[in-house]
Amino acid sequence: MEEVPHDCPGTGSAQAGRGASCQGCPNQRLCASGAGAAPDPAIEEIKEKMKSVKHKILVLSGKGGVGKSTFSAHLAHGLAEDENTQVALLDIDICGPSIPKIMGLEGEQVHQSGSGWSPVFLEDNLGVMSVGFLLSSPDDAVIWRGPKKNGMIKQFLRDVDWGEVDYLIVDTPPGTSDEHLSAVQYLAAAHIDGAVIITTPQEVSLQDVRKEISFCRKVKLPVLGVVENMSSFVCPRCQKESQIFPPTTGGAEVMCQDLQVPLLGRVPLDPRIGTPLESSGQSRKEMRARVLAGWREAGQVLETPSEESRTFVACVSRRERTASVPETQEDVEDTSSTSVPPD
Amino acid sequence: MEAAVEPGNLAGVRHIILVLSGKGGVGKSTISTELALALRHAGKKVGILDVDLCGPSIPHMLKVQGQAVHQCDGGWVPVFVDQAQSISLMSVGFLLEKPDEAVVWRGPKKNALIKQFVSDVAWGQLDYLVVDTPPGTSDEHMAAVDALRPYSPLGALVVTTPQECTNVFSRGGGEELARHAGVPFLGSVPLDPKLTRSLEEGRDFIQEFPSSPAFPALSSIAEKILNETPI
Repeated sequence: MEEVPHDCPGTGSAQAGRGASCQGCPNQRLCASGAGAAPDPAIEEIKEKMKSVKHKILVLSGKGGVGKSTFSAHLAHGLAEDENTQVALLDIDICGPSIPKIMGLEGEQVHQSGSGWSPVFLEDNLGVMSVGFLLSSPDDAVIWRGPKKNGMIKQFLRDVDWGEVDYLIVDTPPGTSDEHLSAVQYLAAAHIDGAVIITTPQEVSLQDVRKEISFCRKVKLPVLGVVENMSSFVCPRCQKESQIFPPTTGGAEVMCQDLQVPLLGRVPLDPRIGTPLESSGQSRKEMRARVLAGWREAGQVLETPSEESRTFVACVSRRERTASVPETQEDVEDTSSTSVPPD
Repeated sequence: MEAAVEPGNLAGVRHIILVLSGKGGVGKSTISTELALALRHAGKKVGILDVDLCGPSIPHMLKVQGQAVHQCDGGWVPVFVDQAQSISLMSVGFLLEKPDEAVVWRGPKKNALIKQFVSDVAWGQLDYLVVDTPPGTSDEHMAAVDALRPYSPLGALVVTTPQECTNVFSRGGGEELARHAGVPFLGSVPLDPKLTRSLEEGRDFIQEFPSSPAFPALSSIAEKILNETPI
């Protein structure tokens, strides 16, 4: 599927393989045979696999660099603080896999067993999978087009032996493209609890995040809520707060009101959150303790005006833990007229 | 299957610069915009091609969001951001029915549009075409490089923030990376709230905030690029 004609009708369309623009396409015969339209058997296989996974949460953002991976890592750490909670962190950012570094697991390898691929376990109850573990060098670029990325994501969902899991957190790359569509489509039969969407306060970020929320509605993925990251900058020396990313259009709060989605909380841009993830030479236990401490300290800096944000911060800092992640009652509009175009 | 490459639409473009980063949120669109503004202030005619189809930021940064794209004989007319027509811009942002509409496309469809953006936009005479890309190393990047290769791009401007994953508050990472990779280090731009606000409001930072911390860095980077590109 590397070279596709300009007016490709889409592999799922009735015209697949039969349209005028299909002439000369290397996949013409495949499409004309109807193979492109048949449901992928992997979807059922993944449904079976996911029976042992209680909750699945996607961490999304339209925008890059807002802190999805940092947040996913912290959420995973926070949930796994209770050693009776099994947590799995899956990194489907194929081109820019940050999770191995953020979790202090760079250089780890993935092993195969009879029951599939083994995730890398940071703790007994915290397993991690990322394409980063499959690269021979951290500087290797993964220059893959969509179909190959989709194949990898399918394998991650179908072939990784997670075991019994309470929370599967899926970290995604920025955008609304192959990776996101694949995650949603492959997990279609397995019930995703929903998506947490990360943004920073400024309009340049919000405009991409609104698109992400549109994407969620298009594919009928519940939006659990929005996290506003880098809300303000707290200087480590003088503790003074300033706004590097000004909320010129009201920040996430106004957007959430407009779009009727919960604002889960605000997190400041605080080196105490990021730095523990960067420093080398510390043991994993030390790093983990610093991550959780930094999160708690940063959490105290925040205003937590709403019940939802208190719950969120508490969830991560383990003062109270919700038994299950709350779902929002989304008034999802009928998306039949704006369904995802067949590919 | 593929139409022959039309030399027409990029024939008048003298230098093409791709702005890249593996990482998201490091400031590619910011740097693309500021570079274009700085080159404009140096008297150059600049085009910006925004091939970030999922998160097209440039129209907002230049205060031309919501503008319509018109057709002419040569193809699509890029949107001019000023009366003097010194900066023109093409972005998928202009093609959306509603600004919050998500472009939910897989690779092949993205590739097709990017090819069109390269061959079917009537750029006219330009000194520089700055191509802003999304994060990653995937379809959009390959499509842009493939489509632009016949026109010998000047090269890539790689944007990073200093830290390893991306540490906002340490120094030296970008310079270190450049040294490691054996490529020129063009400069360090500090985090500057005036710059962020400028882009939020679609203002011309180069013109309005010359005493701001980020200004010397941005000007120096533009200067280096001008020096590398003989007239």
